[in-house]
Amino acid sequence: MLPHRTRGLPPQAPAHFFFRSKAPGPHTSKNTRMDLSFSPEDLAFREEVRAFIKAELPVDVRTKMEAGIELTKADYVSWQHKLCAKGWLAPNWPKKYGGTDWTVVQKHIFNEEMALGGAPRQMPFGVAMVAPVIIEFGSDEQRAHYLPRILSSDDWWCQGYSEPEAGSDLASLKTRADRDGDNYIINGQKTWITLAQYANMIFVLARTEQTAKKQDGISFLLVDMTTPGVTVRPIVTIDGGKEINEVIFENVRVPVSSRVGKEGEGWTYAKFLLEHERNGTAGVAGSFQLLNRLRAVARDQRVDGKTLMDDERFAERTAQIEIELTALSYAQLRSLAAESSGNRPGPESSFIKITGTEIQQAITTLMMEASAYDSLDPAKRSALAYFNTRKTSIYAGSNEIQRNIIAKRILGL
Amino acid sequence: MDFTLSSDQTLIKDSVDRFVADNYEQAQREKIVASDEGFSREHWAKFAELGWLGIAFPEDRGGFGGSAVETMILAEAFGRGLVQEPFVPCVVLAGTALAYGGTSKAHSDLLEAMISGEKLLTFGYAEERSRYDYALIETQGRVDGSDLVISGKKLAVPFAASADTYVITVRTGGAKQDADGITVVLVDRDTPGITRHDYRTVDDRRASTLTFENVRVPLANVLGELGKGLPLVERIIDAGLGALAAEAVGISGIVLRRTVEYLKNRKQFGVAIGTFQALQHRAVDMLIQTELARSITFYGTMALAQDAAPAERMKALSATKVQISRSGRIVGESAIQLHGGIGMSEEYVIGHFFKRISMIELELGDVDFHLRRYVALEKQPAASSANGALTHA
Repeated sequence: MLPHRTRGLPPQAPAHFFFRSKAPGPHTSKNTRMDLSFSPEDLAFREEVRAFIKAELPVDVRTKMEAGIELTKADYVSWQHKLCAKGWLAPNWPKKYGGTDWTVVQKHIFNEEMALGGAPRQMPFGVAMVAPVIIEFGSDEQRAHYLPRILSSDDWWCQGYSEPEAGSDLASLKTRADRDGDNYIINGQKTWITLAQYANMIFVLARTEQTAKKQDGISFLLVDMTTPGVTVRPIVTIDGGKEINEVIFENVRVPVSSRVGKEGEGWTYAKFLLEHERNGTAGVAGSFQLLNRLRAVARDQRVDGKTLMDDERFAERTAQIEIELTALSYAQLRSLAAESSGNRPGPESSFIKITGTEIQQAITTLMMEASAYDSLDPAKRSALAYFNTRKTSIYAGSNEIQRNIIAKRILGL
Repeated sequence: MDFTLSSDQTLIKDSVDRFVADNYEQAQREKIVASDEGFSREHWAKFAELGWLGIAFPEDRGGFGGSAVETMILAEAFGRGLVQEPFVPCVVLAGTALAYGGTSKAHSDLLEAMISGEKLLTFGYAEERSRYDYALIETQGRVDGSDLVISGKKLAVPFAASADTYVITVRTGGAKQDADGITVVLVDRDTPGITRHDYRTVDDRRASTLTFENVRVPLANVLGELGKGLPLVERIIDAGLGALAAEAVGISGIVLRRTVEYLKNRKQFGVAIGTFQALQHRAVDMLIQTELARSITFYGTMALAQDAAPAERMKALSATKVQISRSGRIVGESAIQLHGGIGMSEEYVIGHFFKRISMIELELGDVDFHLRRYVALEKQPAASSANGALTHA
């Protein structure tokens, strides 16, 4: 990192994003349109975001984030309130619903600064997952009711997609929603639901019709988890984490008005959501932050008077990951640039998901190796981070499923 | 931030794509490869006519006002066609030496002659005991009055048999690894004392070992400053890395396309082999690596085009070389594997792409060399290239 060249920005900024951009001088080509440097406005925006995080992020939350300790619901919500008050909770939404009119570059800068500044990750389930579906396919009433409640953190959403018998083959789901007058009666079991214990709302894919083609007959329902018949059970993960759950539906009665869009069209909405989800799961900015943590761990490890960061082999392995992450960050910018010119996130989000999650795993692998015997101590969390990130190549559509998607939709195989 | 090409750049892209399509069909290329020089003088004259030999140099450096973005556009297309003409050694390497190290009218005249296609240049830095390290120089340059007397050996000098003038690195002071004492100098091919051993490279290009025995050139041939040439060498190498990266991206893209076509057409067990998931996933990995290589090439290219500070530029180009080399190996090896036996056949084009992308992996420094340079730059952010040979940190 080359902090002295980054216009007075603190050293944690990834220097590679900031070529010291000179005023157009004699060396600058007049033909150069392609331009990957940040404008003065963008740099000022970065300062604004950075100053906001520094001023508003509670110290105890920052400390937990740096140590890799799980946050409580209260931690998340207090931060969401701050962002909401600033109008920054849902940058990707259209402005009329409480979003921003930021450029793609500004959104990128915002995400990067949030990760580098140690802010809690944005809970995607409401803001980034269900909200785009409601905005795109929901009714006016749904938009008016749910979007403000997401912004105010009155609702905490979770995702009811996977089932014990429907993982990668999501469309084989069996949870049913049977019509009974103006209601649906939901029965079934959903699983791998992140932070369902904090949630009061769940979006559910349920079969409203038995059809020949399994992708047909699925509907997208918004369900209040306080409805009688909803049970949440925790699933402890191999890192000791208590983030995920199963949710069981027993004769859960919800009004038909809780359905998004048309009956039986839920698969279309589900896929729309997954493409939004994938771009978020790449975690590029988070990985830059994780690399900083890795370096801190390696600097604390001493061998014969030197630190592990002085070990050439270790430094090169770290550098190799950083280089691939740099390549990915430009790939993501290219994808965002394409999106800003009107394209929906397409199958290339699969490539970004695959690479981003493989990089997350590579970093935590190095973290565990760097920690040596400290890895044995759960309080040090480095082996736990390694265990935990095994999930990233599984969730949001396993990396093998993503490869199938690319093979079919990009390569035409 | 903008990833789109300007209208001028789009025109260049269209014309170079057309050139490759019209002139680099496999049979046409085979003829060029088999020729004495290993490239076509006719094509070279066309490059000059189209302005490609001067397009990437800023106007105040004697060029037509472009940047590394134009180089990237050309080099990517040349990669796609496995174009033989010595664009990188002559225009990008030697051209950068002249454009950024030229100090006299004679130097700018020579650059002009290169841009017009009249003079062909090349660049030599590698030595028997230096591997990729451009600061480790044993070729001696002794100042004698107003002359420089050169003795030593340069390896793998591209297309030297065809070049009128060589740009080489010599040591005019200091110990063999010092940052100080490096000089970049022009040597005309006919200067007495030069022995040339020419060969056809494994990827069908041409290269020479050049031996210099008391070769006397005027001090006026020195580019940049006598004994202070390291920053110039670094700029030359970095410019070359940018172009090689683009060439590799061009190769990766076409290799991926042809491999996918093959997977769709080749039938075994009664079906197209592209229906097999194991092969599909390998093809997807080729696509992922191609996209990573393309993305990092934008990054490296912009570091050059925006004239980033030397340490930043070097770090960006080392990152670029590491990524395109790693990606290129995965793409190349997978292409051969997915083609099966035909991939091993000299008659079939995939093997030629594979050979070229494999040699690109080595040229101007391999993965290990550039990882080391990257880490050294990270460790010593304050060290400017002029006061320390970062490669030895």
